[in-house]
Amino acid sequence: MSNQQDNWFTRTFYSFMEWVDARYPATKMWNEHLAQYYAPKNFNFWYFFGSLALLVLVIQIVTGIFLTMNYKPSAELAFGSVEFIMRDVNWGWLIRYMHSTGASAFFIVVYLHMFRGLMYGSYKHPRELLWILGMLIYMTLMSEAFLGYLLPWGQMSFWGAQVIVSLFEAMPFGIGGPLAEWIRGDFTISDATLNRFFAYHVIAVPLALLALVAAHILALHEVGSNNPDGIEIKKNKDENGIPLDGIPFHPYYTVKDIVGSIVFLILFFAVVFYAPEMGGWFLEHNNFIPADPLKTPEHIAPLWYFTPFYSILRAFTYPFLGVDAKLWGVFAMGASQMLFFVLPWLDRSPVKSIRYRGPYFKTALYSFVVSFIVLGYLGVKSPTDTDLFLFNNTVWAQIFTAVYFAFFLLMPVYTKMDKDKPVPDRVTG
Amino acid sequence: MYKLAKNSVFLLILYLPAIAFAGSSNFLYKTPNIDETDKAAIQRGARVFVNYCLTCHSAEYMRYKRVADDLGISEEIMKKNLMNQADKFHDGMTVAIEDDDAKRWFGVPPPDLSVISRSRGREWLYNYFMTFYKDDSRAMGINNATFKDVAMPHVLWELQGWQEPVYGDAEGHGAEGGGASAQQIVGMKLIEPGKLSPKEYKQTVRDLVTYLVYMGEPAELKRHEIGFWVLGFLFIFLMIAYALKHEYWKDVH
Repeated sequence: MSNQQDNWFTRTFYSFMEWVDARYPATKMWNEHLAQYYAPKNFNFWYFFGSLALLVLVIQIVTGIFLTMNYKPSAELAFGSVEFIMRDVNWGWLIRYMHSTGASAFFIVVYLHMFRGLMYGSYKHPRELLWILGMLIYMTLMSEAFLGYLLPWGQMSFWGAQVIVSLFEAMPFGIGGPLAEWIRGDFTISDATLNRFFAYHVIAVPLALLALVAAHILALHEVGSNNPDGIEIKKNKDENGIPLDGIPFHPYYTVKDIVGSIVFLILFFAVVFYAPEMGGWFLEHNNFIPADPLKTPEHIAPLWYFTPFYSILRAFTYPFLGVDAKLWGVFAMGASQMLFFVLPWLDRSPVKSIRYRGPYFKTALYSFVVSFIVLGYLGVKSPTDTDLFLFNNTVWAQIFTAVYFAFFLLMPVYTKMDKDKPVPDRVTG
Repeated sequence: MYKLAKNSVFLLILYLPAIAFAGSSNFLYKTPNIDETDKAAIQRGARVFVNYCLTCHSAEYMRYKRVADDLGISEEIMKKNLMNQADKFHDGMTVAIEDDDAKRWFGVPPPDLSVISRSRGREWLYNYFMTFYKDDSRAMGINNATFKDVAMPHVLWELQGWQEPVYGDAEGHGAEGGGASAQQIVGMKLIEPGKLSPKEYKQTVRDLVTYLVYMGEPAELKRHEIGFWVLGFLFIFLMIAYALKHEYWKDVH
């Protein structure tokens, strides 16, 4: 590697790396995952969100570690310890706001990342497992957010957890009650629940999350990145086996992602410093009231990233086939997640990217996005109010729940019938 | 155009909060602008808070020392003017009243007010202090138009005096709730003046709310200041990073 012109520092570095490489595949890994990992050259705006998700993960882990130093996982002290962090710990308010804003930012980034996958068919062959690993990350992330939300021990922490854990009680065959009790470690949400949620939130779930993220990246680098044209760049290689439409991830995408990261950080810190509550969407007003097991709030709403699923849960109001409404709601909520896992097999189109899809898929995807946003909006509203027009919130939630499920369940039909456009051989831009 | 459409989805998600929370207020009074960086107002509000609220309500997460430091008040002046003899400078603002006693006197223990501005919001607080009125149907003869059947007496009555509600047809609220025929409180009428003129009382309430907002998050003053430098740094970093990216990508395009 070294040559005569190299200076002292470079020569020392190379010989040090030779020493390391003889014992550990450092240069090999660097090349496989960065310097000689060929990514399509036509990534657009939507391809920032993968690396941004990684950035937010790091923010959450680092701020989380510092929060743990002063937080007290006890029903008596938790609420006060958060205020202690906000007031008496040096820079505690910044660390806490970065963590609370980071939670919402994580979901914004991940939802956009997933939408990218839907748009460009990134879940399709050969990336099915990559998609499934991503979905597992998403599920893990949701449980992480749910567990973490109990920790400030405000009214919404307490009653949100109460509502969600009680969903398990709807499970049939007598397993519901004992299961909910096992999760809580008590008959209601209590100090015992707070302690175990804390343990899950700071150790168990983050470990799983890190392992899954590593697997997700390994799977990605095995199959290679998709791109806005949905064309496999590995099909067109030069004589050295390098994809003609590929460029090394490092330095091209590292320098590009730095730009994306800074733009993200500008938005992120604008929220952290100037609107950390985000009008009640990132930090709910009622969560500044200490948890009171004797006082049920009039209106219990989860944080925004769960509200689409909360709406689906509440959309089921009639008992069908002898199964009560609550259980249908729980099933539907579960199904609304599970359907994502089988997406690679529901889509029967030979085309990946929306650029070459026909009108049916485009309509379906945009309807799905609209239904997701409307369900999310309805999830924070009272089900009996009328916040849109014509019908009350429950009826609208039912309509959009139907749209949500139609996107998945009708997919084998409309993707088969769709008039796809011809896909070019090489990426377009 | 295509790019614009795509990016608008992103913007929509970002601005959704603003859209959803616009125009959802149904308070009696319009809240004056509360400037949480106005240290003089916070000081005046702190005095009202200590004199009128801190007898029953605690603010246990708010230390006297922090108030003094943030507002530039010396320890001696703080001790002389804003603290009781028994209070310690480094301690939180606690009260001697026992929860059990409070429960017997008021029916509910008075809540801690450290973060009340964050759960209630400034509009609510302002309206709460403005809308106490005489109501003979209540045990203590007092009610509140913002917090119906509140257990708290009107502790600021000697400043404000007493008011009576003015009823009228609730315009534009017909669709909400049941009793369409029921008349709503549309205003307040002063029937017995207090020590302060209505204008002075308004100012006092505004100061008190400013103090409560400050107390909800003392770091807010610092937060806005630091944010400016952090964002400034990031903008400069962005320019350099963009130049670097541009340089590297010359050979791709």
